[in-house]
Amino acid sequence: MNRVILIKYGELTTKKGNRKLFINTLYSNILKKLKGLEVNIFKDMSRMYIEYDSLNEKEILKRIGEIFGIHSYMIAYKTNSNLNDIKKTISEVIETSFDMSLNYTFKVETKRSDKSFKNNSMECNDIFGSYILKNYSNLKVDVHAYDILVHVEIRKDFSYVYINEYKGLGGYPVGVLGKGLLMLSGGIDSPVAGYLALKRGIKLDLVYFEAIPHTSLEARNKVLELAKKLLVYGFDMKLIVVPFTKLQEEIYKNVPGNYSITIMRRMMYRIMEKLTKRFKGLAIINGESVGQVASQTLTSMKVINSVTNLPVIRPVACLDKLEIIDISKKIDTYDISILPYEDCCTVFVPKHPIINPNLEHCLEMEANFNYEELITEIINNLMVIDITSKESEYEDIL
Amino acid sequence: MVYLDYSATTFPNKEVIDSFNKTLLKYPGNANSMHELGRNAYHLIEASTKQVAELLNVLPSEVIFTSGASEANNLAIMGTILKFKNRGKHIITTKLEHSSVLETMEFLKKNGYKIDYLKLDSHGHVVLNDLKNKLSSETILVSIAHVNSELGVVQDINKLGEILKEYPKVIFHVDGTQAIGKIPVDLSLVDLYSMSSHKIYGLKGVGALIKKKNIELEPIIHGGKSQTIYRSGTPTQALYASFAKALKLSLLNSQEKYNQVVKLNAKLRRELKSIEGLHINSDEFCIPHILNISLEGIKPEVMLNALSLEEIYISTKTACSNSEVLSLSVLEVTKEEEYARTSLRISLSYLTTESEIDYFIKVFKEKTNELRFRKGE
Repeated sequence: MNRVILIKYGELTTKKGNRKLFINTLYSNILKKLKGLEVNIFKDMSRMYIEYDSLNEKEILKRIGEIFGIHSYMIAYKTNSNLNDIKKTISEVIETSFDMSLNYTFKVETKRSDKSFKNNSMECNDIFGSYILKNYSNLKVDVHAYDILVHVEIRKDFSYVYINEYKGLGGYPVGVLGKGLLMLSGGIDSPVAGYLALKRGIKLDLVYFEAIPHTSLEARNKVLELAKKLLVYGFDMKLIVVPFTKLQEEIYKNVPGNYSITIMRRMMYRIMEKLTKRFKGLAIINGESVGQVASQTLTSMKVINSVTNLPVIRPVACLDKLEIIDISKKIDTYDISILPYEDCCTVFVPKHPIINPNLEHCLEMEANFNYEELITEIINNLMVIDITSKESEYEDIL
Repeated sequence: MVYLDYSATTFPNKEVIDSFNKTLLKYPGNANSMHELGRNAYHLIEASTKQVAELLNVLPSEVIFTSGASEANNLAIMGTILKFKNRGKHIITTKLEHSSVLETMEFLKKNGYKIDYLKLDSHGHVVLNDLKNKLSSETILVSIAHVNSELGVVQDINKLGEILKEYPKVIFHVDGTQAIGKIPVDLSLVDLYSMSSHKIYGLKGVGALIKKKNIELEPIIHGGKSQTIYRSGTPTQALYASFAKALKLSLLNSQEKYNQVVKLNAKLRRELKSIEGLHINSDEFCIPHILNISLEGIKPEVMLNALSLEEIYISTKTACSNSEVLSLSVLEVTKEEEYARTSLRISLSYLTTESEIDYFIKVFKEKTNELRFRKGE
């Protein structure tokens, strides 16, 4: 039996002008995602078809479920465009997919892209419906509340029969909206923010602020593990490790405790702006959630944000912590995030960080030390790590 | 060279050799070490194990890497009897087994175990009622080859498994060495399943025993945890990875590969039938990869040597069995001593070409005439 996976596009179909770009991006993402699984992919303006070796079916279905920009996908059985072969295939599909000792209701839905086919869609529905009724005493028609929806697509060269539709992840194909740089701390919120940004088609590079020896190598490995989880949904990600120690130490020397977090965040945003330019990004993305901590009050955000003109996307800004945790569990980052390693936002935490900082005060404090020189030094000493997936790590071996 | 001895061994796929070499260079650590090099090796073993498990539809914890199928067979049999010796001393098997099973059975017989060999029908298939009759409360193990290595007789392991489901205390071991990579393998009703890498275009020195999670075994190589607790020794990640790779490649495009062998087998049968005094011992129920024949009046060793001089390689009996005069498998299935004395095994691969078969047949016919003529003198 000739099986293919059929992919229906997501939201992209509504964006007429960019359709081609969207489809091509999705196509190349699917190619990358299925690398090493011996597939042939064909695309047209409404569908993609994947030919594959049945050995890899499970893995392919799993990976397609991790690609943004797909509305739904299904295993379709390919057959010749004549009534008899289609009937035979309907039988095979039903018998391999359902327990034939149980009773079901069904409906047939025929689409006929080959308008020269001798029967029209309605006639086809009748023909296939009565074929099923005649051959399967346990199947009854119910066009409203059906258990099985038998899809038949009649095309010129061949036809498809399929029943089970899997829901895709939706969203836009990653990359269609350009790139953003995600501030990835190691906590629960930022990986979720990254996931949501990817969902809207934003390609990511990841930025990790490191304050060795105040933070440990384990903390960096934890971020790398999180990055690998994000790579499941993204493509070609880099982790940019920012050597933040000196600047952080200077802040604590020169800035009163209650303002240290505010100033530190302003420094991070300044660095983010430079990195975004360097790595050809269009926006800064982070896991800030309104009101969660002192630096995430609206006043704090305003004061911190004022160092840059870049759009700052905060995908989890208006989510409750529990909603964020739900997503982090879904994308498998939660268990990594709660590992107890200090990151540079949790070392040197003052007892009473200010929740309504004043911009004038910030500027005065920042005038006390030469942070620009330190930032230049940081930018010249970045460490850039290509994130590789668990699969591709062993790709040339297994 | 025309190689028609693929059931003795296959030549390793280049990608498998690459996988082995790369692992040696990139992952040199001892997987039992706690430092980074050790952890890296450990993670690769984990990934290799997972791949093997997924390809066979079992759990990663159910994969035990061994040095090959002989060790897997020994572990399955000895591991079971050591664990359950108090439960009973009765084992059921067949005469179509590989020597690593038959000789282990002989050893156990000398040590007080009762070994029963199942009746076979004219195709070599186990008579199911005989299995039902022989099973008793003393039975601890049933060990049956999925595919026999000399004739290619295939046993229906699902039917056997269905019968054995009624006997939860009896362990069902299947030697799958000649089955894996050739025919679809469903392990759902099997407790233990042996396999080897070098029969599936992998390297010699590695294989696996699949052990279902509820099955207990006593290790036969003691010395602490390695890849599993059932087989001690420093884990050989390069061999494991190469096995995972070989298994994956062997299962790709399996239908096309199988069809190619069916085609070659049909051609070979057609041509060989025209040779006088030649009997084909493998019937149409055998796997197409193996064709066992008997050539009246010609010693198999003589034919093997004559072909070998022309760089054509086939085998007499199996490469592993020692030089007993009769082939036990052929005798068991054909009931003819003459066939068992004069049997030759031709084994095919999807890599075999039609022109190789043509050349083989041409030379084989020439040699048959030549050797018979000499004998007549």
